[in-house]
Amino acid sequence: MKKIRILGWSALLLIFVASFAVGFKVAAEHNLDDGYEIGDLADDFSLKNVDGNMVSLSDYGSAKGFLVIFTCNTCPYAQAYEDRIIALDAKYKPQGVPVIAINPNDPSVKSGDSFAKMKERADKKGFTFPYLLDEGQKVYPQYGATRTPHVFLLEKTTIGNVVRYIGTIDDNYQDASQVEEPFVENAVNAMLAGNEINPKTTKAIGCGIK
Amino acid sequence: MTRLLLVLLVMSIFFGCAEKKKADNGKSDIVEIEMVVKDGDEQNDIPFPIYDFDGFEPLLHNNDGKTYVINFWATWCKPCIEEMPHFERINSEYGEKNVEVVLVSLDMPNMWKSRLEPYVVKNKIQSQVVILDDPKQNDWIPKVSEEWGGGIPATLIYNKDKRTFYERGFTYEELNNELKTFIN
Repeated sequence: MKKIRILGWSALLLIFVASFAVGFKVAAEHNLDDGYEIGDLADDFSLKNVDGNMVSLSDYGSAKGFLVIFTCNTCPYAQAYEDRIIALDAKYKPQGVPVIAINPNDPSVKSGDSFAKMKERADKKGFTFPYLLDEGQKVYPQYGATRTPHVFLLEKTTIGNVVRYIGTIDDNYQDASQVEEPFVENAVNAMLAGNEINPKTTKAIGCGIK
Repeated sequence: MTRLLLVLLVMSIFFGCAEKKKADNGKSDIVEIEMVVKDGDEQNDIPFPIYDFDGFEPLLHNNDGKTYVINFWATWCKPCIEEMPHFERINSEYGEKNVEVVLVSLDMPNMWKSRLEPYVVKNKIQSQVVILDDPKQNDWIPKVSEEWGGGIPATLIYNKDKRTFYERGFTYEELNNELKTFIN
């Protein structure tokens, strides 16, 4: 009787361990094709700006880096962060790290994010940075953007634009005055000073990209 | 015991923070719901419990023999609204079978009265609706699941034996099939 019980427990233990192994395998596979990770080289792109011109990172000869921000017109989180994105550009463009905003949504699915509506929004809010349409939705999957707003801080180096930070702008979407950790500002400051960025990635709720 | 609960309740109102309850005590959780409600004028008459993450977290760790389907959604999230009928159907079909559906709204405070409540009333939502209102998302998202990037819809299904997180939307069939793997 005792023997049977021990056997039973061993079997249970085996199942337990096996389930863990399976879990890890799935998790490892899951991470493979999720876009850029910290330290990766980000590809350049050529996308249409709301002013009608095409914009690429290579246009910015003297830039030290870029704040590539996937954002849109319609998402409540993107709207909550609009003024803060303008403030980031005002603060860091003079320091060589301009904001490049990209709308990753498909306007045929999300009519509020059409090119015409993007123009309207950029005019109304007085965007000081390019606001590009990811036409054909090729760029956002490459970066691994999953939501709006989603920030990728790139550092321009001799080998290309290196991804230094991926995540959210700060730790309080509701109230800019209650922010305790301005993640993006901390990251840009550290990058410009040649210091270690911490944290390098952050998570936030955002609108899924459509 | 009742007196102790009462004292706890009063203390919590004074200190304005929820005390973590033992996960197996379902009734205390209900008391806790009242405590976390904030004082802001517009929030007083919201008919759903409003949690910060500390107050919400015990809902992710019940150990009472039930299977929990925890769906993270918001009224502004179109795919969330599209899958809502499936969660409602699961709630009604499995209600007698020890399955509890909890709809966790991530709507922003200014939407609670203007969008969330009207949506729930209009669509006669029967599942339990709670509000998770905690801007420190980078702290709490990984506590729901390390796998979660922050997109919604997202759903956690768990019971005392099994736990799986899904950062995706569901059809009824997909949801039903997943849920069946939790119920023997």
